[in-house]
Amino acid sequence: MDFSVSEEQRMLRDSIAKFIQQNYDFHSRCELVGSETGFSAAHWQLFAELGWLSVPFREEDGGFGGSAVDLMLMMEAFGQGMVVEPILPSVVLSGGLIAAAGSEVQKRDMLGALMAGRLQLAFAFSEPQSRYNLANIKTRAELQGDSYVLSGQKSVVLNGGAADVLIVAARTSGGQLDDNGVSLLLVNADTDGLVRQDYATVDGHRASEITFDKVRLPATDLLGEAGGALPVIERTVDRVSLALCAEAVGAMEVAYRKTVEYTRTRKQFGVAIASFQALQHRMADMFIECEMARSIVIMAALQLDAHNGIAPRAVSAAKSRVGRAARLIGQEAVQLHGGIGVTEELDIGHIFKRLTTVQYMFGSTDHHTRRFASL
Amino acid sequence: MNIDYSPEELAFRREVRDFLQAKLPPGTRRKVLDGLPLIKSDHVNWQKILYEQGWAAVNWPVEYGGTGWTPTQKYIWANECAMAGAPEVVPFGMKMVAPVIYTYGNQEQKHRFLPGILSSDHWWCQGYSEPNAGSDLASLTTSAVRDGDSYVVNGTKTWTTLGHYADWIFCLVRTGGPGVKNQEAISFLLIDMETPGITVSPIITLDGLHEVNEVHFDNVRVPLENRIGEEGRGWTYAKMLLTHERTGIARVAQSKKRLQTARELASNTSHGDGIEDDESLMRVPSFAQKVAAIEIELLALEFTELRTLSAVSTGQAPGPESSILKIKGTEVAQAIDELYVEIAGYYGLPFVKAQFGGEYEGPWVGPGAAANSAPRYFNNRKTSIYGGSNEIQKNIICKAVLGL
Repeated sequence: MDFSVSEEQRMLRDSIAKFIQQNYDFHSRCELVGSETGFSAAHWQLFAELGWLSVPFREEDGGFGGSAVDLMLMMEAFGQGMVVEPILPSVVLSGGLIAAAGSEVQKRDMLGALMAGRLQLAFAFSEPQSRYNLANIKTRAELQGDSYVLSGQKSVVLNGGAADVLIVAARTSGGQLDDNGVSLLLVNADTDGLVRQDYATVDGHRASEITFDKVRLPATDLLGEAGGALPVIERTVDRVSLALCAEAVGAMEVAYRKTVEYTRTRKQFGVAIASFQALQHRMADMFIECEMARSIVIMAALQLDAHNGIAPRAVSAAKSRVGRAARLIGQEAVQLHGGIGVTEELDIGHIFKRLTTVQYMFGSTDHHTRRFASL
Repeated sequence: MNIDYSPEELAFRREVRDFLQAKLPPGTRRKVLDGLPLIKSDHVNWQKILYEQGWAAVNWPVEYGGTGWTPTQKYIWANECAMAGAPEVVPFGMKMVAPVIYTYGNQEQKHRFLPGILSSDHWWCQGYSEPNAGSDLASLTTSAVRDGDSYVVNGTKTWTTLGHYADWIFCLVRTGGPGVKNQEAISFLLIDMETPGITVSPIITLDGLHEVNEVHFDNVRVPLENRIGEEGRGWTYAKMLLTHERTGIARVAQSKKRLQTARELASNTSHGDGIEDDESLMRVPSFAQKVAAIEIELLALEFTELRTLSAVSTGQAPGPESSILKIKGTEVAQAIDELYVEIAGYYGLPFVKAQFGGEYEGPWVGPGAAANSAPRYFNNRKTSIYGGSNEIQKNIICKAVLGL
């Protein structure tokens, strides 16, 4: 057992921290969030050049190594800056699916471009009725000759607007809730019959509603085995959940530190409000929650890397625990800031928003507590 | 970072398992697994078996008889002991006063006291708290006044756990007069419990049992050579004692075993709304989720402890996360105590003291584990109060970590 961070990992973390310090103050982030695309293409290129987009991938796929611990350290560092570039949906989630299910040709063509910053991806899986059940899919792809004909609706597709290619989870067989019969299809964003409604999300990111009306695709645009995609999706979503949890740990640390800082400068009744024990203990609780969350994320990352079969349970433990911590820290950060905490003017409210959405993506706290209990 | 055991560590685990299987007395094991109180001989016999094996003092430096184990080995040892139902080490000698003696004591004191602690021939108890000095420990008033080659000690110590078994007590006493700053007026004395003028009176806790005591000192003469280190420096030594023993403070291994047992009990307890055998409490979603939430908390706690151990093993001071262990360790253990009461249901009510207080021959009321469920829950409310209450721990976090 070893909990130390390697020299390489330390450098990765430090270089992201430096980038954030130099490029990602609150004002700059607000400008990116309000921009047309919602993130910076220049930053994205820089991420590619610095190798950050390669971190989630194995060396044989041209990546940095692909360990969950590396991914955790990277996402935690991004979380500290509340970075809005679509690393999670494009690289970790969609890229993760290609790495897990793609043919050698698909991997060579797409992962290379993804890591070079030339390709944006999105994974269209959730539907209005599916909530957190990854098998609950109505969208169907009928094989007609050497084509698939795809019809259905996908909801809240993260990075859907920027994606050049969508990976769509569709039924090629089976009923709406069946484990078997789920397939992954690669769909160019400009394909006829695909209609996108792009929008901003409450946490400063972007997503889309996407409908497919008899979209015709070559049968070769299948990613992985027809009908057998669910296990791949589950494994990949577990890795993404871990990455999201790590991002949340970074954001939580910033939230409690900023709260401590603020209470030391804010004066009421003639003294800094940090001198009140009623507030001090609440900040101690924020710190405790953050460290408990950090610990369980480390646990989950190590279990993912150990490939010992208990990773799904470990990830659900982490998502459940991080969800609780994110809720407490986000709410308390706002409460301790007082009125200014509920305005758009200060970063703390934006951290609170992201700490809210992380609780509801890829399975809520309750969902993962139940999943943990059932595994 | 990695989580795997090396082949050497796996071999060590095998060795520990075999040892526990062969040497742990079955009667003691049964009591531990059923959550029943142990008597003095249960502890002493087991400690002597460990002493024979060379495993009595897990954390001591090797030169004084310690094991020299790595943090991972200590972690394996703690887990295997808990899973096997081995008694926990009574901390007062082995984990509290011994580190103070080998760190601050003189050669003569080390020779005189450490062997008796290692072999468990001497039972130690702790003289810190007083009736009017709890969380504000430095306000203690037990006085030690020099008279020739002795101190004359007067005052009262309280919450003295298992003081009625003890041969020796380590005490914080006030040697400085009025006007001397609290933290410079306190000295650390080792006192023979046989000394004239000491009386021990029991305090009965909420479980109806006698575990803690008041210890009264009435003109008790203590030789000067029983003082550790310098006069007036006792507060420094006392703080070292309080922070030294980080390994195991969260009692993760015990909680893991207790939660596993609770889960088994709940699986064998009917939820009452069905008549089939599989209609168990674990099938009630709200109950199963409560168990899951505690297990998740325990995982977070376990890895917080492992992070601390890892930092210490690489020569770093324990990080800020170590201050969390006491708070979360007691909260999780108390939550598990409550689960036992909930599982017991109506059978949490019968208070048949002999059933959980010692040997019992009569007809057993209720399931075995139910007997001690509520008393243990009541008793263990102490854990978030003792050793620096959890609120004091939060003050420490605010000061030492958050800079408030």
